[in-house]
Amino acid sequence: MALQSLNVTKRSATTTQPPSVRTAEEPVAKLIDVSKCIGCKACQVACMQWNDLRDEVGTNVGVYDNPSNLTDQSWTVMRFAEYSKPDGDMEWLIRKDGCMHCEDPGCLKACPSPGAIVKYANGIVDFISDNCIGCGYCVAGCPFDVPRISKKDSKAYKCTLCSDRVAVGLEPACVKTCPTGAIQYGAKTDMVLRAEKRVGDLKERGFQKAALYNPAGVGGTHVMYVLQHGDDPERYSGLPSNPSISPWVSVWKGAAKPLASLAIGLAMLGAFFHYVTRGPKDEHAEGESK
Amino acid sequence: MSGPVVMKSGDVPRYAPGERVTHWIVAITFVLLALSGLAFFHPAFWSLTAVLGGGVWSRILHPYVGVVMFVFFGLMALKYWKDNLIQPYDRAWQKRLPDILNNNDHGLPEIDKYNIGQKQLFLAWVVSMVLLLVSGVVMWRDVASFPVPVIRIASVVHAIAAVVMILGFIVHVYSAIFWVRGSMRAMTRGTVTHGWAKHHHPLWYRRVTGGGK
Repeated sequence: MALQSLNVTKRSATTTQPPSVRTAEEPVAKLIDVSKCIGCKACQVACMQWNDLRDEVGTNVGVYDNPSNLTDQSWTVMRFAEYSKPDGDMEWLIRKDGCMHCEDPGCLKACPSPGAIVKYANGIVDFISDNCIGCGYCVAGCPFDVPRISKKDSKAYKCTLCSDRVAVGLEPACVKTCPTGAIQYGAKTDMVLRAEKRVGDLKERGFQKAALYNPAGVGGTHVMYVLQHGDDPERYSGLPSNPSISPWVSVWKGAAKPLASLAIGLAMLGAFFHYVTRGPKDEHAEGESK
Repeated sequence: MSGPVVMKSGDVPRYAPGERVTHWIVAITFVLLALSGLAFFHPAFWSLTAVLGGGVWSRILHPYVGVVMFVFFGLMALKYWKDNLIQPYDRAWQKRLPDILNNNDHGLPEIDKYNIGQKQLFLAWVVSMVLLLVSGVVMWRDVASFPVPVIRIASVVHAIAAVVMILGFIVHVYSAIFWVRGSMRAMTRGTVTHGWAKHHHPLWYRRVTGGGK
């Protein structure tokens, strides 16, 4: 069941108006300042604790990433990129990966199950697991490779931006626990202002290309990054520099739907009216001799 | 059908019992697949997931039913491909299509077991079926794990091939059940009348009856 106290602005596989009578729901955002992150993984722990998740204990893959990827049990993962600068110096770029909560969510566009994915008026994109059929279309739809299908129940999971905490006025668990203030949460407009101030600071300190990551290709995101090297997001463990919903997904879950439905409908009508106007064909039609 | 057949009942055999069973397995699985597939494709058809027992069951069963359809369709394709090679007389027959659609079959060029429409439908279905199997396996998360960009392309291919199949199905059902009288019994009872065979498929008729009449 979707959180009752929140308006829903988008609902998967639904063509009618979702619940939306409430007023004054402001878009929110989580701002992750990569330049302040020390890679302590407290956010990963807080996420596990709040959401009652325990990933399997894995093996060391030679880097600090642990676990090495997002899973149905690990909705956020610190990704450690060792970047060698042209001058020979090394830079450690640590990015907290997870759902970006796109304004135009590819997962929701691809989802065939009504109400399995919703986007609240506050911008949070949430998986309503009870409605999930486990097809994995959300995985194909996501430009950030975030959703994971559980082996246990075949349902898709990802960061909820702690929609349950946010709905009762709390900040997300990762935000609450971050010791350096690298993760902040609030109204999206405030977060953008705060990010811009921080980007200004970074530029003064020599990071000329510092920038806010709030990619327009997906309509902006409700999880944003401050990047020291905003000109090259790929440097941060492959953060896409210009993410957008794949054209294949747009055709599949866009134009193809009305066109195919129309073609099928016209074919049936065509057959029906052929019968009505021409009638059935007998082998002795047209006075042919036997 | 091999060699001339001795007529006992006064009718012309067209499909043996095994052929009919194969055809109807394909038909039944096709309907289940088309309905559950449309449900995944467009929210307007979501309620059709009920055909396979709801959303989750549809997601689980659809691929298995698909494999069954592919196998039995494959048997049909192997059996009938020779009969579906397009011949020069088929082209001549096709030129009369407006007349044929108007039920004016007078003086049509003689054709064999299938007309060119059936042959083209056969080809479209063979191609679609192969595309559906390949793309379907790519999309099948229970058994396969392909890179996301490949799955996206497969999803589009699967949808297009499925629509081609459904459009062909509409033409097939309309022609066989409603339009061309006397066709349906070929797949239910296995036989057609002499008049039907002589009128619609004269070359085939002479082949299986050993000339004459």
